[in-house]
Parts: sequence; C-alpha cells; structure tokens
Amino acid sequence: MHHLIAFKTILFKEIHRFVRIWPQTILPSAITTSLYFLIFGTLIGGRVGPMAGMSYMDYIVPGVILMSVITNAYGNVVASFYSTKFQRNIEELLISPIPNWIILAGYVGGGIARGLAVGGVVAIVGMFFTDVRPAHPGLIASVFFMTAALFSLAGFINAVYANSFDDISIVPNFVLTPLVYLGGVFYSIELLPELWRKVSLANPILYMVNAFRYGFVGISDVDIRTAFLIIGGSISILVAWSLVLLRRGTGLKT
Amino acid sequence: MISKSGILASQPYFYKYCRQKQPEMNALSIRNLRKTYKNGFEALKGIDLDVKAGDFFALLGPNGAGKSTTIGIVSSLVRKTSGTVEVFGHDLDKEREAAKRCIGLVPQEVNFNQFEKVLDIVVNQAGYYGIRRKEALQRAEECLTQLSLWDKRNSVSRHLSGGMKRRLMIARALVHSPKLLILDEPTAGVDIEIRRSMWEFLRKINQEGTTIILTTHYLEEAENLCRHIAIINHGHIVEHNAMADLLRKLHTNRYILELRNPAPFAPTVEGYQLEPLEDHTLAVDVPMDLGLHGLLDQLAAQGMEVVSLRNAANRLEQLFIDLVENQRIDPARKTA
Ligand SMILES: Nc1ncnc2c1ncn2[C@@H]1O[C@H](COP(=O)(O)OP(=O)(O)O)[C@@H](O)[C@H]1O
Ligand SMILES: [Mg+2]
Repeated sequence: MHHLIAFKTILFKEIHRFVRIWPQTILPSAITTSLYFLIFGTLIGGRVGPMAGMSYMDYIVPGVILMSVITNAYGNVVASFYSTKFQRNIEELLISPIPNWIILAGYVGGGIARGLAVGGVVAIVGMFFTDVRPAHPGLIASVFFMTAALFSLAGFINAVYANSFDDISIVPNFVLTPLVYLGGVFYSIELLPELWRKVSLANPILYMVNAFRYGFVGISDVDIRTAFLIIGGSISILVAWSLVLLRRGTGLKT
Repeated sequence: MISKSGILASQPYFYKYCRQKQPEMNALSIRNLRKTYKNGFEALKGIDLDVKAGDFFALLGPNGAGKSTTIGIVSSLVRKTSGTVEVFGHDLDKEREAAKRCIGLVPQEVNFNQFEKVLDIVVNQAGYYGIRRKEALQRAEECLTQLSLWDKRNSVSRHLSGGMKRRLMIARALVHSPKLLILDEPTAGVDIEIRRSMWEFLRKINQEGTTIILTTHYLEEAENLCRHIAIINHGHIVEHNAMADLLRKLHTNRYILELRNPAPFAPTVEGYQLEPLEDHTLAVDVPMDLGLHGLLDQLAAQGMEVVSLRNAANRLEQLFIDLVENQRIDPARKTA
C-alpha cells in the first residue's frame, strides 16, 4: 500500500511535468511526424510506389508512430531524471523509505505515459493521412508498452551516468536516432543488399518496428516471436542494470 | 509546530516503526563510522556519537570538519566506508526502511525542484512516505501554516526568498512526522531575525517530543538551543558532552603548579578542581571568574608553597580559535 502510493506519487509527478511543458514535450513530435507524413507519405511517397505491396504512406505510419514513442519515452526519463539529479531533488527520494524498484517503476511509468501521449497524438495525425487501422490491437498495445518501457529504462541508465547536459543528448543524437532511422521505419530491409540486410538484423529497433507494423498492416520483415524475445530480453537486462546502479548509488550518492 | 494531537496522531501507522522500542533509547547511535571519499580523502576517521531520544543535540565544527558527511550517511545520501549507524534502534544496514521513516532531513543546500510549487513539494514528499494524498494535503497545510508559508503554497519554489526556502525545507522534512529531525546548518546565511524565529520554532517542536540534531559552526547557536553537544574537527569527535559541562570547561583555565615540597596529601580548595600529578606538581582547573587569588593563599595555609606556575594548553582552545576565525569570514555573521 505504502509502495503503491509512493509509485503513484512519482508517476503523477512525472506526468504532470511533461503535461505542464507540453509545447516542449508533445507538440514537437506532433509537428515533425505530420511533416514526415506530408513529405514522405504524400509528396514523395506517391512517386516511390508501393512498398511491400501497400502504399508507401501506409507502410511508414506504424514505424513513425513507434519512432515517436521511442524518442519520447527515452527523452522523458533521461531529461527528467537527470534534472532531478542536477537540482538535487533526487535526495527527496533517496532519504525516503522507497525501494529502488519503485523509484525505477515510477520513472519508467512516466516515460511510458509520455510515449502513450505522444504516440497517441501521432497515431491520430497518421489516421488523417491514411486508412491504416489497428488490425491486432493486443499486439500493438504489447509492442507499444514493451518498447516504451525499454527505452524509458535506457533513458534512466543514461541519466544515471550523465554528468552534464551534453551527456544526455549524446546517446539520443548519436546512437538512438541512427538506430531508429536504420531500423526499417522508412523501408523494408528486403530492399537492402544481402550484407546490409544482415547488419540490420542486429538492430533491435528493427524488430520492434516490424512487430508494431505487423499489428497494423499484417506484414513484417522479421518473425514476431523473435521480436518479443528480443524486446523482453533487453528489458530484463536493462531492469537488472538499473537496479544495480540504484543499489550502488552510482552517480547519485557520494 | 505539529502538535501530536490532531490528524497526525490519528495516523499511528506512520509512527509504527519508530514506536516499537522504549522511549529511553538512543535516537541515534553511531559506532566507529568512517568515510573515505572516492578521491581518497578521509572525511570521517572513526567517530562515535550517541543522541538520546528527546534530546536537542548540536554537532559543532568548523567548515570541512565532517558534519555534512555524518548527516549524509545517517540520512542515506552518502555511503559509509565502515562502521554502524542505528536510528531509534534500527540498524541502517539491516532495517534501512524503518530507520528512514524516523528521520526528517533539512539539508545544508537547497535541494528541491526549482520549478515545482511549494504545496506540491511538500505533498509529494508525504507521498514518498506512503501517505495518501488526502491526508498528505492536510499535513502539508498544517506544516506550511506553522512555517508561515501557506500563503505561498502556489508559488513556484525558485521565486521564494532564501529564508522561505529554508522554511520550506523544514516543512518538507516534517510532513511525515519524523521522530528525529536533522538540520544541517539551518541558519547559515540567514539573517538574525529569521534565525531567532527558527530557534523558537525548533525549541517548540523539541518540547513537543521531536529529537533534534543540528549542525552548526556557531557556538552561540549551540549554546542557545542544545542540551548536548559534540564537537567534530578533521573527521574526529573531539568532545562529546552536556552543553553545561562544555561551557564550564571552556570557561576554565588549567594551570600546572610546581610545589617547593612534595604534597603530603591531596589538597582541596573550595571552588577549584585540584589534581596531583607528581610529587611536586599539581594540576588545577581555575574558573575564569575566580582567578588565582584565593588559591595560592589557601594552599600556603595547608603548607604547600607554590614556586612556579604555568598555563596548561586547553585542547579546546585552538579549536575555538578556528571556529571564531570561521565565523569572522562567514558573510552571514555580519548580519547577525
Ligand atoms: N564528494 C566529496 N569528495 C571528496 N571530498 C569531499 C566530498 N564531500 C566532502 N568532502 C570533503 O570532506 C570534508 C568534510 O566535508 P563536510 O562533511 O561537508 O564538512 P562540513 O559539513 O563539516 O563543513 C571536507 O574536507 C570536504 O572537502
Ligand atoms: Mg556542511
């Protein structure tokens, strides 16, 4: 009961934070992704021709939604937790009788909520441009939830190690963005030469994007069970890693 | 401050952990506590500290002595290198959660979210302790009102003045009704009027049963408020005493007297503390207000002739010179 209240306190604080600054947290993704839909889907997409047997626009909508979920979940936790550390109000949590896993769950919950908020807005925008509709809502919900959790955890770990505001933008800019763009959001890896197709299979984001796309349009470059195994496995690793960091107090306690 | 009647007492749940043990126990017990920071600096070199439940306790020491390090370890913000800490009988290693519930911390530096509202800061802190929102709001109102901050409840915290920020940290520390309130230099940089009203407030909650530990580098502050005191310097506890005893000691000079003949018996002179050292020498503690006048005559009357006398260094003296130096360079002192 205690722990539930503590969890809700952190979660609501996190939600309150990104809602309060929505022009910085929700609006940018809504605008960028609308532009993607407009440029890649409507203007260029018409010339690209069909991708995997469907209109290019229809093909990219699921990936673009998931891309916004990934960047926002990550961005929410890394920014919020780092600023909590930076302003030292992390001490409010460290002195309280909250188990570490509740602290982690609260921040991850905040990242998932942000992913849901932004992903939802992007999905609604996407529905204006296409006739794509959720074919397997359960699958979509699971992939969304797990992917948002995974990147929230990654953002958390980034924030724990970060010592400056530069440190919280390096990973998103130089690791996350390339992986997302090369993760099959805008193309099917079937189009790639053999070597690059193999290389792409090492990118975990490819599996999430394809599983998510499968939930909408029923096609995927990868096996869906493999996708779930990879996402689930990654989550387990990052949860363990985060809890070790919290127990050691890395970056938080002197 | 928070009266023990009213809504806070109606939730005995939150006292549960703290009340299991006898009231006579120590609020804080520290044994052989050491801290070496990552850069190799040894900030605490094996300190022992005992604070009785209900006490008003000062941890006095110059800047860099190790006060905040000690407080940090007790409140789980700093990892100890070795040693044990018990809070109301709960060992920090074995029952950290129970120990944490007993502690309210007012840190040395402002550490809240600068963009959060005053009320949210206090209510959220209650939430971290598992207090339901409805009750958290009541408690927050009570705490903020007592610290004259209720009017500011909707202000964003960075817009508060320095004194208000300090009071907000106190309100936040009290929202879960801790049995032990720890304040790390609560009045540093605070002007004299606010300092006085803070003293009054702390005295009041101490009378209502909260054990208080504060760190300070003002002897005056400790003298004004505290019943017991420990002095820390360079990571060592150099004095651990009742306030009254310390003051007596501070206002006493120690002399070594050389006698012409060996003392045939241990002399006694009213008002002085005499202690034979060797055959020919006596140590004597002389209260400053008495002086040496009567002493030599009385000794002569007992057949002991003093041939020479020297002042024995008071080990506390240098420390207090350090403390005074410290206060001179502290800008807050000018406004005090
Ligand atoms: N994170 C740290 N790393 C290295 N040394 C530190 C750290 N924090 C404090 N110290 C050093 O430890 C000593 C004690 O510091 P502190 O406990 O803050 O003293 P006080 O609160 O009594 O002024 C000081 O010399 C300080 O420089
Ligand atoms: Mg200090």
